[in-house]
Amino acid sequence: MAQVIGYVGTSHIPAIGGAIARNLQQDPYWKPFFDGFPAARQWLSLSKPDVVVVFYNDHGLNFFLDKMPTFAVGAANEYANADEGWGLPNFGTYHGYPELSWHIIEQLVTDEFDPMTCQEMKVDHAFTIPLKLLWPEGTAGIRTIPIAINTVQHPLPSARRCYKLGQSVGRALASWPEKQNVLVLGTGGLSHQLDGQRAGFINKSFDLMCLDKLVGHPEQLTGYSGAQLAEIAGTQGVELLNWIAARGALDGQVREVHRNYHIPISNTASALLVLENRPQ
Amino acid sequence: MNAQARPQIAGTTLFDGQQAMKGYALNRMCYSFNEADNRKSFVADEDAYCARYGLNQAQRNAIRHRNVLELMAAGGNIYYLAKFAGIFGLSVQDLGAQQTGMTVEQFKAKLVQAGK
Repeated sequence: MAQVIGYVGTSHIPAIGGAIARNLQQDPYWKPFFDGFPAARQWLSLSKPDVVVVFYNDHGLNFFLDKMPTFAVGAANEYANADEGWGLPNFGTYHGYPELSWHIIEQLVTDEFDPMTCQEMKVDHAFTIPLKLLWPEGTAGIRTIPIAINTVQHPLPSARRCYKLGQSVGRALASWPEKQNVLVLGTGGLSHQLDGQRAGFINKSFDLMCLDKLVGHPEQLTGYSGAQLAEIAGTQGVELLNWIAARGALDGQVREVHRNYHIPISNTASALLVLENRPQ
Repeated sequence: MNAQARPQIAGTTLFDGQQAMKGYALNRMCYSFNEADNRKSFVADEDAYCARYGLNQAQRNAIRHRNVLELMAAGGNIYYLAKFAGIFGLSVQDLGAQQTGMTVEQFKAKLVQAGK
């Protein structure tokens, strides 16, 4: 069976892509952010995931408001990045794993989730930047499964719903017959707000509480509606839902490997959390 | 939780079904800016481009004013508006400064302060 070896939560701020393209990792503004990643890469080099399931939100590359799924699962052979309109470098194409995607979709629908299924799917910075941060040399030997959660248009799914989605994905992985190591990745956040007179809102104490709870008590984060999260974490801080969903897929003994937290990167409280998952 | 039960958040408009209906033409135009050719067409003839997407007068004025709060009042969603702002090379700090009435330096200082 597939083994979920661990979890990474990381911010996916677009400006990170620009900083990578311009080699600004040691720049004083960027260094406190990028310095978080060597420890994560060290752990990945030892745990060697074969597959990464990415819980993220699309910001208007693949999905528009004409058809906006609450949950969408990629089931393609490959996923390409594309122009998002504001000059980010194109990070190329990622390998898919449609057989495992369909296995996950079967489990989700059995568990009364009704995701959109996508045999063609472009992936935006919320998918590409975290993978670039974790594998700067590329993801050649790794297969990916994108799971997009609507954080654009209210009503958003609740934190509990997202957590249960992750639990269902975890059950699917546990019954997948191939012996493979799987990393679950939740991207976005943490607290930030881009829009309105409240733009620039950041909630450090809430973020730090969330990082603590994600390690050992994620169920304590499941009481929030999407709108409540917007109030507490900012209108884009709702991307915490991706972190909570991914955390739902861990069912073993969870140990914190590493974390980093830094304010600000762009308009955002940036964060990184690495968790190891050992079978019970 | 239904729409009526959502919290009222100061200085914030949650993008929900009401906003999605109101802003559809505007957001659809901004979504088109994913394509470089469309960005060029907009720059070449802004009036014609806005007319092609059927913007109403409030949306057309807000686009003309390059004003984020006006654009959101006209139903704009920040993720699509960011593609419009990108045409002019504006960052999210520029947008934040404009919306909060600060200079960009003041807005950046506010963000740094949030980490203290």
